[in-house]
Amino acid sequence: MTRSEAIAATLPARSFWQRQRWLILRRMSQLLVLLCFLSGPWLGWWVARGNLSSSMTLELLPLTDPLLALQIMLTGHLPAFSALLGAGLVLAFYLLVGGRVFCSWVCPVNAVTDSAAWLRRRLGLKGGRVPDANTRQWALGGMLLASALTGTLVWEWINPVSLLHRSLIFGLGGGFGVVLGIFFYDLLLAPRGWCGHWCPMGAFYGQLGRVALLRVAAPRRAACDDCMDCYTVCPEPQVLRPALKGRGTDTPLILARDCTTCGRCIDVCDQQVFKMTHRFDQRSE
Amino acid sequence: MERRPPSEAAAESPSSAQRRRFLNGIAAAAGGGCLLALGAGLHARSAQALEAQSLRPPGARSEAEFLALCVRCGLCVRACPYDTLRLADLLDGAPTGTPFFKARQVPCEMCEEIPCLKACPTGALDPALTDINQARMGLAVLIDQEHCLNFLGLRCDVCYRVCPVIDKAITLEHQHNPRSDRHAMLLPTVHAEACTGCGKCEKSCVLPEPAIKVLPRPLAQGALPAHYRKGWEERARNGGSLIGEQVELPVRGFEGSTATRSATEGPVAPEAPSAAPGGINPRWKP
Repeated sequence: MTRSEAIAATLPARSFWQRQRWLILRRMSQLLVLLCFLSGPWLGWWVARGNLSSSMTLELLPLTDPLLALQIMLTGHLPAFSALLGAGLVLAFYLLVGGRVFCSWVCPVNAVTDSAAWLRRRLGLKGGRVPDANTRQWALGGMLLASALTGTLVWEWINPVSLLHRSLIFGLGGGFGVVLGIFFYDLLLAPRGWCGHWCPMGAFYGQLGRVALLRVAAPRRAACDDCMDCYTVCPEPQVLRPALKGRGTDTPLILARDCTTCGRCIDVCDQQVFKMTHRFDQRSE
Repeated sequence: MERRPPSEAAAESPSSAQRRRFLNGIAAAAGGGCLLALGAGLHARSAQALEAQSLRPPGARSEAEFLALCVRCGLCVRACPYDTLRLADLLDGAPTGTPFFKARQVPCEMCEEIPCLKACPTGALDPALTDINQARMGLAVLIDQEHCLNFLGLRCDVCYRVCPVIDKAITLEHQHNPRSDRHAMLLPTVHAEACTGCGKCEKSCVLPEPAIKVLPRPLAQGALPAHYRKGWEERARNGGSLIGEQVELPVRGFEGSTATRSATEGPVAPEAPSAAPGGINPRWKP
């Protein structure tokens, strides 16, 4: 019996739902986004056409990836009105709700890197070398610069996020090789390597998350018994410490832009330290 | 230079190690970021060329502009009622994720509504195109005259019959058949100013490998220099030559027939070059 299991045995038992709630909700959200696009080709019920790069929902709602719209403008072209409107809507949504909510609730690569992290824990794989935490900011800058210099959407040639989503929706095979590469990179070479260190899309949405409303907080941080479960499962463990330990900040809110608001820490914490809340909720017990 | 006492060096070391780690990290991140951008750039360059038989949807802008505007969303593919368009896979004939079609597999049916173009959110397919007959997806080229049945003197005519712009984009041109010496050959002839590049001709060519193929326009077409004027067209337009009547210059070198010249002058002496150096030797004979 490990230490955390021993502690858990002393606490009132939490149900399966309490222990997996946010993970289940998140997987359902990711699946639902995919099904919106797949119900058309599979069943003839068209909810959304296109893919995450740009889509049309119910012949009414145009949505476009704001990062793509930005890249187009950097190539020296102006996208048509529909794309600009769609990019504005998506931009407004993630500014309001939370930038990296995209990463953990929508992005299809999340399931891949989460699986790699899960398998890494199960197999007890330690070590690996991750690049500097700022790499993704450089990748974002380099990718935007490359668009401006080449006058073409350079990143879209290899972007694993759109590659995977497109492959799933349009039944192409090529995306899966790249995604398999990411899985094994995360599993064997660098823990949380892709989403946590490389992905420029994540970096972009992280920048949008500076003023996001939806936040995870640690209002019961006094109850923390340092079992480290949340650090183990958190895809961006560096965001936990300030809120949990009150280092350099009074607020129990996790305000770091890297937090993907996945809520996994809420699931795993037997002391129920964490909860999902909004930006202005400063209460702590 | 004075040596620092060891205590001072020891006090300094944590911050210096920290600085070194920080600089290392920055260098690694910058290097990694640049590598990623470089890799993407190189990949984009190498894959930039559209394969010879991959055609863009109607209204597609020039390839460079198209690749800057197309977000690879596939809305045009979803809008196409005939499943003509598809998105390129990683190793397909077009850059990853961009829409294209292959005429021999499924040609463009030239919908009057142009639904694929209307679905494009970014304008990579130019909304200025409203008449599908003005689309220029490619250009049909009768690329193999040796196997085209009409060039063999037979009456196949299928490419001509299926052409949606019949008698404008493809015409049948009469020519004498020198093999039989009594029949006509009716040669399918493509006219670039009317061909939309829909690919119906290539699709329906009866040969196992089509003799007529639709190619992207930049590949299929040459271009006259911008300053070039066709004299006969200018003359017809202006009712006379733009540069006035030309002085008829005498044709040098052909005065008299070679037969009479050789009879009167005899063979040319090699040690006696012509009077005009660099000019035409009047005594030259084949």
